[in-house]
Amino acid sequence: MSWSPEVSDNAESILAKYPEPRSAVMPLLYLAMREDRGLTPEGMREVAARTALTPVQVESVASFYSMFKQGDVAEYVVSVCTSISCHLLGGDDVLEAISDEAGTKVGDIHDGVFFVERAECIGACGGAPAVQVNYELVEGVTPEAGRRLCRWLAEERPGLITSDHLQGEFGGVKSFDWGPEEPGGAIGPVPAFEPYGTAGEST
Amino acid sequence: MSDQILTTRMEAHREDSHTLERYEATGGYATLRRAIAELAPEQILDEVKAANLRGRGGAGFPCGVKWGFLAPARPRYLVINGDESEPGTFKDRQLLERDPHQLIEGIVLSSYALDVNHTFVYIRGEYPRPARRVQRAVEEAYAAGYLGSDILGSGFSLEVTVHLGAGAYICGEETALLNSLEGRRGEPRLKPPFPAVEGLYAKPTIVNNVETISNIPWIVANGGAAYDAIGPEGSRGTRLFSLSGHIERPGNYEIVMGMTWRELIYDVGGGIRSGNELKCWIPGGASAPWLTPDVLDEPVTLDDAGRLGTMLGSGAVVVMDETTNVVAAARSIVRFFAHESCGQCTPCREGGTWLERILDRILAGHGRESDIDLLLDVSDNISPGLTWPPAQTTICPLGPSTVSPITSIMTHFRSEVEAMIRHPEAAGV
Repeated sequence: MSWSPEVSDNAESILAKYPEPRSAVMPLLYLAMREDRGLTPEGMREVAARTALTPVQVESVASFYSMFKQGDVAEYVVSVCTSISCHLLGGDDVLEAISDEAGTKVGDIHDGVFFVERAECIGACGGAPAVQVNYELVEGVTPEAGRRLCRWLAEERPGLITSDHLQGEFGGVKSFDWGPEEPGGAIGPVPAFEPYGTAGEST
Repeated sequence: MSDQILTTRMEAHREDSHTLERYEATGGYATLRRAIAELAPEQILDEVKAANLRGRGGAGFPCGVKWGFLAPARPRYLVINGDESEPGTFKDRQLLERDPHQLIEGIVLSSYALDVNHTFVYIRGEYPRPARRVQRAVEEAYAAGYLGSDILGSGFSLEVTVHLGAGAYICGEETALLNSLEGRRGEPRLKPPFPAVEGLYAKPTIVNNVETISNIPWIVANGGAAYDAIGPEGSRGTRLFSLSGHIERPGNYEIVMGMTWRELIYDVGGGIRSGNELKCWIPGGASAPWLTPDVLDEPVTLDDAGRLGTMLGSGAVVVMDETTNVVAAARSIVRFFAHESCGQCTPCREGGTWLERILDRILAGHGRESDIDLLLDVSDNISPGLTWPPAQTTICPLGPSTVSPITSIMTHFRSEVEAMIRHPEAAGV
């Protein structure tokens, strides 16, 4: 399905921020993911048409980056860090607990709800072990809190995920004082960023 | 002289240090107002050179010298590297989230000095919360006339675009970052040409780290000589260190370099968790060779770290206590680099994967006597001679970074690796 006028306008405003259209490929891929709930051949064709590239060139870019996920995408991408600081403080146990509670093997999709992945360092080392849900962060996660997090996602199926809420419910030690709460959050398995049309706001 | 340059505002004003209102109320943008009216671009360049500010992204290259390499062609670009991904590092995240206007004022001053009219802030995709804060601050700055056309009536114009990455450590390497910003795969470019000559869109480009540019307002306000008076020679100014691992008080700490490792780990970081013994630490992010307690009383400076065969890198100190399985720790780091290799160069692409597999085998209790030599042989093919600074068979330093944990465990803990191979049960494997 081709993009609606509203989505096309969003794409145009992204393109206007760059001297050359090709630079908008990554932002437009996020926009395409939001539209199709994952990266589809149609979405990549839409991106190609707006950046003067071929669909194959766009796919070549998309396949390089781990956050551009092709094919069926789950509602919640749960990324568990096991890089060095998280590894030292039990990140592997958190990954095992979350994977078990979600009923999915790492890297698999389960019922379209969970995609559990082993993440490489997510910059939360002072609050290890750390987890992201749709790239919204929670620090200081225990295996038990990881299980509660999965049950909450499965039962409540929240449409908006915010770091502040995750941290309050499931988090512990933080890397630093985050300051005041933020209104924005993720509305799908894409980083929440207003200019890309991928952010939602809590009311 | 205060020991803090970058973190005073966020510590004093928890609720609103990220807002324009608080930034202005605490003296923010006053330097820009003065500089853009009174100083020529060359004068700012001279202050930054005099400050002897070294880059905070990892390589420690002098900022003023880098700026001096900028070729005369126009347009030119400034790119802020906020792709912070080096395992152990989380300092830029705090600067982006808690004091984005400090960075933006640094961007305008730097762009004015470099005659740049379009600056990009590349923030890793896994940092949406920091990116939202920076985006909002950029919009505030546009509305207040600190960005856009004819800034503060000076005739100088600057556009700022915030750009999100999509999960690739390698994009922290400046030429990979430029490829990514051009909408390409994040593969490092051969140098030369260096970005200062041919960077973004093949135009002269300066790439600077978030923390580096966050220092610029202070340097312009107080003068390069004042900055050059802080800390030991070669390691001027303050620096944000990220402490993590088996440490009592993890976090970011802004310190003046020159204190000892003992002071940094025990006084600043509160020592080792649960009163355990220190086994070793990584002094500058996962790419850096490890240090052991025999050098605790050495000073924390860029040059002293180099003398000890390692580096301060991104300022990430990862502490490991006596309970640490160093082979498993090394595997975590090797797996990281194997996963993040862009795949262009064979020694890195193949070598990293093989190092990971050999460590997997040892940790699974199936290690072979020959694995020690094999680990070193594969490492030597990635970085011949296993020296420091590392020799390179690859376009960028990611390959040699994979080798650092291997040489570290072989230098300091070889008997533990051997014991794990010979007696896996006794070693708890």
